[in-house]
Amino acid sequence: MSVAVPDAAGASEQPQDHQHQLVPSDISLRVKSLESLLVEKGLVDPAALDALVDTYENHVGPRNGAKVVARAWTDAAYKKRLLADAASAIAELGFLSTQGEHMLALENTAKLHNVVVCTLCSCYPWPVLGLPPVWYKSSAYRSKAVIDPRGVLKEFGLELPEDVEVRVWDSTAELRYLVLPERPAGTEHMSEEALAGLVTRNSMIGVEKVKVPQAEGAR
Amino acid sequence: MNGVHDMGGMHGMGPVRAESNEPVFHERWEARVYVLTRAIGAWRKWNIDTGRFYIERIAPADYLRMSYYEKWYVRMVELLVKTGTVSREEVETGVPAPGSPKLTPPLRAEQVPAMALNRNIASSHEPAIRPRFKAGQRVRARNINPTGHTRLPRYARGKTGSIEIDHGVYNFPDTSADGRGPKRQHVYSVRFAARELWGDQASPRDSVHLDLWDDYLEHA
Repeated sequence: MSVAVPDAAGASEQPQDHQHQLVPSDISLRVKSLESLLVEKGLVDPAALDALVDTYENHVGPRNGAKVVARAWTDAAYKKRLLADAASAIAELGFLSTQGEHMLALENTAKLHNVVVCTLCSCYPWPVLGLPPVWYKSSAYRSKAVIDPRGVLKEFGLELPEDVEVRVWDSTAELRYLVLPERPAGTEHMSEEALAGLVTRNSMIGVEKVKVPQAEGAR
Repeated sequence: MNGVHDMGGMHGMGPVRAESNEPVFHERWEARVYVLTRAIGAWRKWNIDTGRFYIERIAPADYLRMSYYEKWYVRMVELLVKTGTVSREEVETGVPAPGSPKLTPPLRAEQVPAMALNRNIASSHEPAIRPRFKAGQRVRARNINPTGHTRLPRYARGKTGSIEIDHGVYNFPDTSADGRGPKRQHVYSVRFAARELWGDQASPRDSVHLDLWDDYLEHA
């Protein structure tokens, strides 16, 4: 299929991966037509399609990863297992099978900051973070993260001092990465469940730190 | 292939725009493209490497202009037709050709939750397949320019780094993608100093780690 849409003036100022206004309006019709064909031929089961949508919209997502992080923050033995063999440690919480599964947990510290990208496509740890956000799949992030990671982090509001080492992980193979962000100061009183509530998706990709909400910190 | 998909280090792609409270899918058709691709995948008519290659083959101007899931739609149609699973005419009409057999889908709804939590990538400890490198060794990423699928990004080719971790044995994407077979071999985490990749503009402490197959590497 070729999309004969003329280049709109000023298009270069727009993010180029998600411009719905430039997508032919019949895409939803074409997808509907393809789905109906595949169902009619017995190639896909409509109930399985609905189950897949439900799974990724409601059951698999960054809340899974946040539980892993909160457990690692509150249980030193678990953290050790997570850093030694992430797939098995994550499986302990029921989020993925160890069979053929390869994950690495990357610990951020005061002196080391890890950040994850896939420059070639959109590789992302689905079982713990769900499907990637649009910005992660964007040309802007994929092109810049490896050559100017500090600039990218600044775009997310995170300015790192020069004495902090930045390590970028380009997911070029089947290894998948989960960043274990630093536990913020002032959270000693918080339960594992409350801590999980602080952990953002972006902090587990490595583009943000975990912050304590003002009300929490003031307590 | 030296395609536009291989964008590590390119300039001019604009700012990174993060959306707050982003939905998993922005439109219903995007969700349907995603789940159709996953459900069709259960037929195992093509592997993950071929799937990636069919995204990379999209013409550069279209690749940059299309949304993510539109590329997935194009990939699915092209691979369905190429594998003879459906015909181009059937895609156009949305109706099975007369006399088409009714098949039984391999993926049932009850299998979905387990599948979503298990990526099931073929990898294992295979002592018979020897690693060519070990942790700590200096290596150079080969200067190769294959016209087919490869997972060695341009920005690392010819650059020198060090082996950090041996991840074990995986299918080799370059041959797996075009039917030449899995050619299983070791994959390593290779650390490249940011200055080796980008020169003095990079911070002296920083590094980029890539996961690279044996065939991408030579001793340095």
